Amino acid sequence: MNPGKILLVEDNPDDVALTLRALKSHNITNDVVVAEDGAQALDYLFGTAGKSPAEKELPAVVLLDLKLPKVNGMEVLQRIRASEGTRLLPVVILTSSDEERDVIEGYSLGANSYVRKPVDFVEFTQAAKQLGLYWLLMNRAPPVPRRP
Amino acid sequence: MSLRDWPIKRKLTAILVVISGLVLLLTSAAFAGYQYWSLRQTTRDALSVRGRIIAANSTASLAFSNEADARELLSALRADPHIVAAVLYDKVGHVFAAYPADVAGNAVPAAPGPDGYRFERGRLIGFQPVEEAGSQRLGTLYLASDLEAVYDTLRLSVVIGLAVMGVALLAAYLLSMVLQGTISQPILALAETAKAVSTRQDYSVRAPKLGEDELGALTDAFNQMLGRIEDQKDELQRHAADLERRVEERTHELQERNESLRRNAAELLAANTELDAFAYSVSHDLRAPLRSIDGFSQVLLEDYAAQLDEAGRESLHRVRAASQRMGTLIDDLLKLARVTRAEMRTEDVDLSGMARDIASELQRAAPERQVEFAIAAGLKARGDARLLRVALDNLLRNSWKYTAKRPGARVEFASVDANGGQAFAIRDNGAGFDMKYADKLFGVFQRLHSAAEFEGTGVGLATVRRIINRHGGRIWAEGAVDQGATFYFTL
Repeated sequence: MNPGKILLVEDNPDDVALTLRALKSHNITNDVVVAEDGAQALDYLFGTAGKSPAEKELPAVVLLDLKLPKVNGMEVLQRIRASEGTRLLPVVILTSSDEERDVIEGYSLGANSYVRKPVDFVEFTQAAKQLGLYWLLMNRAPPVPRRP
Repeated sequence: MSLRDWPIKRKLTAILVVISGLVLLLTSAAFAGYQYWSLRQTTRDALSVRGRIIAANSTASLAFSNEADARELLSALRADPHIVAAVLYDKVGHVFAAYPADVAGNAVPAAPGPDGYRFERGRLIGFQPVEEAGSQRLGTLYLASDLEAVYDTLRLSVVIGLAVMGVALLAAYLLSMVLQGTISQPILALAETAKAVSTRQDYSVRAPKLGEDELGALTDAFNQMLGRIEDQKDELQRHAADLERRVEERTHELQERNESLRRNAAELLAANTELDAFAYSVSHDLRAPLRSIDGFSQVLLEDYAAQLDEAGRESLHRVRAASQRMGTLIDDLLKLARVTRAEMRTEDVDLSGMARDIASELQRAAPERQVEFAIAAGLKARGDARLLRVALDNLLRNSWKYTAKRPGARVEFASVDANGGQAFAIRDNGAGFDMKYADKLFGVFQRLHSAAEFEGTGVGLATVRRIINRHGGRIWAEGAVDQGATFYFTL
C-alpha cells in the first residue's frame, strides 16, 4: 500500500493539468490518481464489477471538486463519510467557488479542509504546494481500518 | 273601547245624532212647556166663562131660595165630564145646592173661599160671586174641574213629539251616515294609504283626492310628501346601487391588483431563484476558464520564455493581468449578488467598533501609509451586522484608497443631523469627485477614475447602496475634485 497517493477528483482537464503541474513544480512526486467525475471517484474508492476495491491502497488525501458530472462532489463526500472503510479519509474540497452554502455544507458533511482555487496561477501553485506539503508530509494519516 | 278610540265614521255619526237629538229634545220640551201653560190658561178661561154663565142663571133660584131649580141648573154640568164638583152657596155661605147630588160633604169646601179661579191639588177650582145685575150679592158658586183634558192633550203632544223625534233622529242618523262620508272618506283613504306605505314600504301609492276642501289640500300635501319620499328613496337606492357597484369595482380592482402582486411575487421568487442559480453557476464556472487562461499563460512564460521576445512576454503578462482583473470583477459581482440575496438578521450593531476594526485592518495591510482615522464613539444602529460590515468596509476602503495620494490623509466617521434625522457620515480629504457625476457614483461598473489612477471595479458603492436600501435607508454623497468626499447614509 502506498500512503502517498493523491486522488484528484476533477472534471476540467485544464485544471487537472494545472494542478498536476503545480504539484510537480514543488517536487511533490507522489502518484496522482485522477477521477474525471464523481462516479469514477467512487469506483476508485469502493470498486465496481470488474475492478478491485481500492481500499487496500486508500489515497493519502482526496482533492475534491464540487461541480462534477454524474455524481457531484458533495455526494462523493457523503459516500466517503458513510462508508466504514473510508470514514476517516482526509478530504480537501478544492473548487472554484467559495459560496457560503458550499463551505457550510462541505464542512457539515465532514470535509477536512476547504480551499478555493485562485485565478492567479502563481497563487494557485502556492496553494497546491502547501496542500501537498501539509497533507502528504505533515499530516499524520488516520489508521487504515481493519476489514471486518 | 273609549270614545277616543272610536272609528271616525262612528264619531261623526254620533256627533250628528247627539246634536240633532239634543236640539229636538230642547225644542220639544219648550213646545210642551208652552202648550201646558197655554192649555191651563184656556181651561181656566173656559171654566170662568162657564161659572159666570151659571152664576147669571142661578140668581133667580138663590133670590127665591128655589133649591130644586138650583139643583136642576147644576145638573146640566153633567155634559162636561171634567167638572168634578159644583156647589152653590147662599148669601151667608151655607151650601145651597151641590153637584153631583151625592157628593160627599168633605169633597167640597164647607164655606166659600176667596173669589177667583186657581189650580189646587191637581184640580182647577174657582169661586164665582152670584150677584143681581148691578146690586147686592146673592151667594157664591164653586166649580172644580179636573185637568184630564190638559193632560190628555199634553200626553198626545208628547207621543207625537217622541214619534217626530224618533223619525227625526233616524233621518239624522241616515243623513249623517251619508254626509259624514264627505269628511271621513278622504281621511279613511289617507289612513289606508299611510297604512299601505308603512306595511309595504311602497311609496308609489297615492291617496285618492275626493274634493277641494281642506281634506283635499291635506291629501295633496300627503301625496306630495309621498312623492318626495319616493324620489328620495329612488335617489337613495341609486346611490346605494352606485356605492355597491363602486365597492364591487374596487374589490375587483383590488383582487386584480392582488393577483398581479401575487404574480409579481411569484415572478420575483422565480427571478431570485434564477439569480441564485446564476450566481452559483458564475461562481463555479466563470472562474475556471480564467484560471486556465492565467495558468497556461504562466506556463508559457515559465516553459517558453526563451522562445518569446520581450513583446511576447509583455503580452502574456497583460493576458494574466486581465484575467486576474476579471476574476476580481466576478468576485465583486458575486458579492453584490450575495448582498441582494442574503437573509437579513436585525440586531443592534456597534458601528463605531466595526469602523475601528476595519481601520486597523486597513492599516495592518498597508503599514507604510499614514492615515488619521477619527471615528466617533458610540455610534449604534439596528441592522444586519454582516451586511453593515460589508457596507462600512467598502466606504472606509474607498476613503482609504482615494486618500492614497494625499499627505496628511484623514478619514472621519461620525453621526450628523440630516433633515432632522440621524445620518452617518464618512468624510475624507482625498481625491473627491465632481458633483456633476454624483448620481453615477452608486451605479454598477460606474467609475469616476481610471484604473490607472485608482484601481477598482465599480461595484463597491453599488453594493453599499444595495445594503443601505435593504435596510430601508438612503445614501448620498457630497464632494468636490481634490477637496475630498463625504458619504452620508441613514438606516
